[in-house]
Amino acid sequence: MSTSDSPQESGALGVGADVSTSLAHEQQTKSDSMDLPIFAVRDLSVKYGEFRAVRDVTLEISEHEITAFIGPSGCGKTTVLRCLNRMNDFIDSAKVEGYIDYHGVDLYHEDVNPNEVRRRIGMVFQKPNPFPKSIFDNVAYGPRLTGGMSKADLNDLVERSLRRAALWDEVKDRLKASALGLSGGQQQRLCIARCIAVEPDVILMDEPCSALDPIATARIEDLMQEIKKDYTIIIVTHNMQQAARVSDRTAFFTTEMNTESDRRTGVLVEYDTTNKMFSVPSDERTEAYVTGRFG
Amino acid sequence: MPIVTDSQRSATRTQVHQAITQQNRHLPSIVLSVTLLVAVTFTLLTLFSLLARIVTQAIPAFSERGASFLSGTIGSEPGKVGIWPGLFGSFAIGIGVLLIAVPLGIGAAIYLEEYAEQNRLNRFVVVNIRNLAGVPAVIYGVLGLIIFVGWLKPVTNGGTVVAAALTLAILVLPVVIITSMEAIRAVPMGLRDAGYGVGASRWEVTRDHVVPYAMPGILTGTVLALARALGEAAPLIMIGAITGLLPETSLSGKFTAIPMLIYSWSGRPDSSGGNIGWSNAAAGAGLVLLALVLVFNVIGIFLRNHFEAKRVGT
Repeated sequence: MSTSDSPQESGALGVGADVSTSLAHEQQTKSDSMDLPIFAVRDLSVKYGEFRAVRDVTLEISEHEITAFIGPSGCGKTTVLRCLNRMNDFIDSAKVEGYIDYHGVDLYHEDVNPNEVRRRIGMVFQKPNPFPKSIFDNVAYGPRLTGGMSKADLNDLVERSLRRAALWDEVKDRLKASALGLSGGQQQRLCIARCIAVEPDVILMDEPCSALDPIATARIEDLMQEIKKDYTIIIVTHNMQQAARVSDRTAFFTTEMNTESDRRTGVLVEYDTTNKMFSVPSDERTEAYVTGRFG
Repeated sequence: MPIVTDSQRSATRTQVHQAITQQNRHLPSIVLSVTLLVAVTFTLLTLFSLLARIVTQAIPAFSERGASFLSGTIGSEPGKVGIWPGLFGSFAIGIGVLLIAVPLGIGAAIYLEEYAEQNRLNRFVVVNIRNLAGVPAVIYGVLGLIIFVGWLKPVTNGGTVVAAALTLAILVLPVVIITSMEAIRAVPMGLRDAGYGVGASRWEVTRDHVVPYAMPGILTGTVLALARALGEAAPLIMIGAITGLLPETSLSGKFTAIPMLIYSWSGRPDSSGGNIGWSNAAAGAGLVLLALVLVFNVIGIFLRNHFEAKRVGT
């Protein structure tokens, strides 16, 4: 499916009121053979106070795929990503409008427990942020929160998670050592292991390689390919080559000047398979961006 | 294509050589460093002369009286007084402040930083807490007299050490709150994100990551607050600390504290015949107060080092 008919032309601010009609509309226009989406985002707008950071984003994310959000700085890609696991709840001024459907549940419904959402939709951040604890305790932190695990099971889970994150061989002899003693790339893989350990459904990655060197980046990219059969991955990246290398689908965001103020607001320009986006994009702004003419 | 001639090259070299080897003594910076040095020296000299004076003055009290200066009770003859009631009172106040102000202050700081919405009301509350930190101690004494000695008499039994501890806890509460808030604000956002990212609740993130990381800063504030509480005499005067006779110490009876004794004793004439005058007794009490504060400080520093070691993940 594609939202190439630029969403910014849809003008009216659907703020979740018309969810049923827009869902029905979606079913009619659904063209290719995508499975039921894991996320369906409708008319998502986010304001920080009076400042509208991003508006009218509509897209669907499919399971067991890697979706990349690309675009210049300030285009709202990270903001949209943080809406998907309700990380924006912690920013007092942030106001989320629109509708995000996750497995058929309105993610912002008042009955939804945001902690449980974040357990199922894990996140890896731009800067590696291990806890100032041992390597073992970092990975075990999430599972311990839910509790009810025997020591042996926990040991197994930690080993399994570290193996999946391709870190086990490097750290198996020093699980009790501080995580802060690891290199940047190792720390980021540890953060991925920590995320995997709670057995999430989706992993959100916010520029996970921007603080890493090319070798560490390559390892993380390999790792993403390796784990995508079990998880749905959404990655925000500044790096177009990275999006082209790792993702199945790509969403291109950009900023546009508001008419009433001189602040810029992010919009989704085009969303399609990565192949199409990088070879025959239908919007000229996408083409300009992916060919390196701006951004 | 331009070619650099040898003469041109050497001209550049001479210039560079001159520029970077020119006398790097800059008059304003010399003046500044001298001024700073004078400031430091003056401060240290003042501190050391104070300390030296207290110690030399206190020597007679300790050499003549020995341990009985610590264990004896207060009275009307400088050669016979001891500071036990003051020591008891100050220690009880210290413990009381720790038990009341520290949990309340940390709790308030956590609420204001982690839970409360950052809006006008919140900012108004914080500004007022900062202002409260600057309110003179006597005012807190009046407050303590009205609330803890008067209204809460059934609980405190009037002008007792309990009322004093409560008053001084309120006095230092703003300091504890402000330093704790600053420590909590300095916790990297990434640490909170990491906790939330694996599904931890706000409380779990606060308990497991924010408070442990902020603990060294919180402890610094606690030690400062405690030192202030132990040194205050003014509120105790208002509450009705005793300086005459106090044969027995208890939590529910009349009380005194070391700063109160220092204040009272240093005002008395030094003309009696014995080797120990009131000024010696006051200096002795001052030395004991310094030692008490030092003990609390050392405990604080040990705890802080412990938490700091944890923070770097050892």
